[in-house]
Amino acid sequence: MRDHLPRRDVRELTAIFAGGMLGALARVAFAEGFPHARDAWPWTTFGVNLAGAFVLGWAFTRLPAASYRRPFLGIGVCGALTTFSTFQLELLRMLDSGNWALALAYAAVSLVGGIGAVRLGIAVARGQGGEGSMA
Amino acid sequence: MSAVLLWAGVGLLGGVGAVARFVISTAVTQRSAGWFPYGTLVVNLSGSALLGLVAGLALHGDALTLVGGGLLGSFTTFSTWMLDSERLSEHHSDRALVVNLVGSLLLGLAAVALGRALGGL
Repeated sequence: MRDHLPRRDVRELTAIFAGGMLGALARVAFAEGFPHARDAWPWTTFGVNLAGAFVLGWAFTRLPAASYRRPFLGIGVCGALTTFSTFQLELLRMLDSGNWALALAYAAVSLVGGIGAVRLGIAVARGQGGEGSMA
Repeated sequence: MSAVLLWAGVGLLGGVGAVARFVISTAVTQRSAGWFPYGTLVVNLSGSALLGLVAGLALHGDALTLVGGGLLGSFTTFSTWMLDSERLSEHHSDRALVVNLVGSLLLGLAAVALGRALGGL
């Protein structure tokens, strides 16, 4: 147990803040541009979630741990571009309208697709030269 | 609210949400000895409960875009949940991966439903 908070790296937090701005702006812009009906497949959330999982798998394999590009792209952009809360609210609203089949399919395809996307990102990064190799 | 102000707000709150996610999830993970990624779970469940609350309070329009889309959308994360799960399968077992996926999914659904019920009171 620590007796003090770890020192925060201000540049790391700044990188995460900047990435978070970009990720959130992109997600909200897609959501505003392509609104979806309650009982339709939420393509926007589904798309940003899978795309973000792919890029995060790539970033955390390819970019060196000591680089600010990793928190910027991984924690900032990918973390903010993808969303867990909206995904859950969409599922709840499908259940509200008794659309169990759609909710089950959306949940299952998001989870299986998300794991597939992160694995693909890792595989692509390893194919490009391995872990932390992009100095 | 003007469009410029709205988008500036979404960007700022998105940045704040990302930094808050990082600070809270690393603090939780450092305090929880063990192999399970509690940090991501804590931010995802608390963010889902708050989004449920926002929905229950019937926020709409710009307020919903700012708080639900900008702040909470950025605070919670799908991608790190997936990367955590993938690492569980690499370092522990496929069973740990399934537990983290299905467990977080069901708890998240309960959190958003609970938040919405509280907001609708």
